[in-house]
Amino acid sequence: MNLLSVSNLNVNFHMKEQELAALIDVSFTLNRGERIAIVGESGAGKSVLGFSIVNLIGKPGYIASGSIKLENKDITQMNLRQLQEIRGKRIAMIFQDPMMTLNPVLTIGDQLVETIRSHTKISYKDARNIAIEKLHNVQIASPEKRFDQYPHELSGGMRQRVIIASVLLLNPDIIIADEPTTALDVTIQAEILQLLLAICRDNGVALVLISHDLGVVSKVAERTIVMYAGRVVEEGPTLEIINDPQHPYTQGLLNALPQMTLPGQRLNQIQGSMPSLAERPSGCAFHPRCPYATERCRQEQPSFIYSGVSSVACFLVEDMLNEFAEQDKEVNE
Amino acid sequence: MTRPLIQISGLEKSFTSNEGWLGQWRFHQGKLTRQKDSVHALNGVNLTINQGETLCVVGETGCGKSTLARAIMGLTTPTAGEIHYLDQRIDQLNNRQRMFFRRRMQMVFQNPYASLNPRMTVYQTLSEPISFHNPQLSRAQVDEQIDELLESVGISASSSDRYPHEFSGGQRQRISLARALSVEPDFIVADEPLSALDVSVQAQVLNLMMDKQEERNLSYLFITHDLAVVEHFATRVAVMYLGRICELAPTNTLFNSPKHPYTQALLSAIPRLDSNTAQPIRLIGEVPTPTEKPIGCVFQARCPYANQRCYDVSPEMTLQSDGSSVACHAIEEGRL
Repeated sequence: MNLLSVSNLNVNFHMKEQELAALIDVSFTLNRGERIAIVGESGAGKSVLGFSIVNLIGKPGYIASGSIKLENKDITQMNLRQLQEIRGKRIAMIFQDPMMTLNPVLTIGDQLVETIRSHTKISYKDARNIAIEKLHNVQIASPEKRFDQYPHELSGGMRQRVIIASVLLLNPDIIIADEPTTALDVTIQAEILQLLLAICRDNGVALVLISHDLGVVSKVAERTIVMYAGRVVEEGPTLEIINDPQHPYTQGLLNALPQMTLPGQRLNQIQGSMPSLAERPSGCAFHPRCPYATERCRQEQPSFIYSGVSSVACFLVEDMLNEFAEQDKEVNE
Repeated sequence: MTRPLIQISGLEKSFTSNEGWLGQWRFHQGKLTRQKDSVHALNGVNLTINQGETLCVVGETGCGKSTLARAIMGLTTPTAGEIHYLDQRIDQLNNRQRMFFRRRMQMVFQNPYASLNPRMTVYQTLSEPISFHNPQLSRAQVDEQIDELLESVGISASSSDRYPHEFSGGQRQRISLARALSVEPDFIVADEPLSALDVSVQAQVLNLMMDKQEERNLSYLFITHDLAVVEHFATRVAVMYLGRICELAPTNTLFNSPKHPYTQALLSAIPRLDSNTAQPIRLIGEVPTPTEKPIGCVFQARCPYANQRCYDVSPEMTLQSDGSSVACHAIEEGRL
């Protein structure tokens, strides 16, 4: 059975003049210990999806329809008490900016101990021991000393380690990491990614990595979900998506990377930019930027189809598959 | 090789970290003494930028890349050292004398949301530098130049009466570039111009920068931490660490055979798309803040090859057989 299954999730933002749809019909599943990535440009709805999983969408946003099932229980139907049981304990979240996540006026230790003691009945001393052990697990040197320090005394990479330690305190089943390394240098990024990977592997924790960096994703995730304008456009095994992207948007994203072009040559850019929520194009939302768009793309929303590599929502792939099927038929006849 | 456009020698810059009078008192060996702490952001940078080339400066946060850019532009006054533009020394000029060089050198900043005045339309943003530096132009001529400029960066001239918030991040960065180009400079300093942008938009801006370079024979000093962009775009690369340049090499040479231990670690940390890359070289510790002027090699604390000489003597840049220059004792002695 799936650990987490999101089905037909719609998230809307209630604005003065209109309802804006931030997520449309998003469905995916996550197994125990699996690592998936959610990829897309800013405005694709990656972070909204991350927040929705723990039902943390703040006003004016709300979950309009669909379900998010953690084992058998639907998170969208829970009250605050039940949600608090789940947040942190079953599903934990890591955010992009470690300085914003840590409370600047409390020591690292106080914050970690508070987290443990608000979920379990345990003495301060025991909680302290657990906290120090977890700090040790995330390879922080001299954790006893760090325990009494304030967040501003630590560097960016160190702070992100503390966050990871705090997430581990309650042994969650799922970690949602929203751009965990974007604010860090490459060398630190490499270390944090390795740490995150090792922790997920060792403890059998499932990971949802939200990122815009396909290089990072290829190092960590087994499965990748590509999002565009609030919809999933492609889903499949990471390596296969990177080696053989099916959706024109995924192809565009990969081709735009500088390493895909010879040095000094013009880069392959995707024309235009991500539409805002209020100006979502009709049909397939990618059609104004798509080099292969047809009249059908402008009018209808493509449904998912399995291409042999990944599930894709694109008429182009659908047509190609139909053609192949017909050719096969002819050959057989 | 073309002649150098900018020459920097022995550039140093330190910032006093406790400005307040009260914060300067220390209790030291039974006495109350007053002392100023300073952070040494640049510790003797030597660099030349040739005409028509793109020099990329890479390094981690806090290595002094942005300070270098700002010092060249005259936005901070260096503590020591010299900066020359062609034959003229430009680091000690007053505002009036600098005016001429402001036309020749322009800067594009990291955050397109913060570097454009939100209360000025695109037209105002662009017309100000043009009519300031060319007072002889008539209004119609200025308008014509602005239209041309906007079209050349891929923004329709009809949107010139719109405000920055009406544009996307990529469009704003293109307007910033248009503003820099408006005075027809021959040298542009770009301080992380792509880091606030998405991949697909990054490609648009990078393409535009390359087109402009070809059209106008521009030279770029491009500051970034994105090594994939560097590999694609740079003519030469300077790797900085703690206010010093530790390796300077043509792009190909640097990426094919990085020499300095820091460069090697930095390159191995890039998350590449192909799955079978080697494990990144782990550096011990993090970039220290240089509150004391470093003695010896700046990389000593994290270097796996450091010996006593590295702690005592600062290595000089030495030219290698393949055209790169490296500041490292271990390479000089053949230990590495």
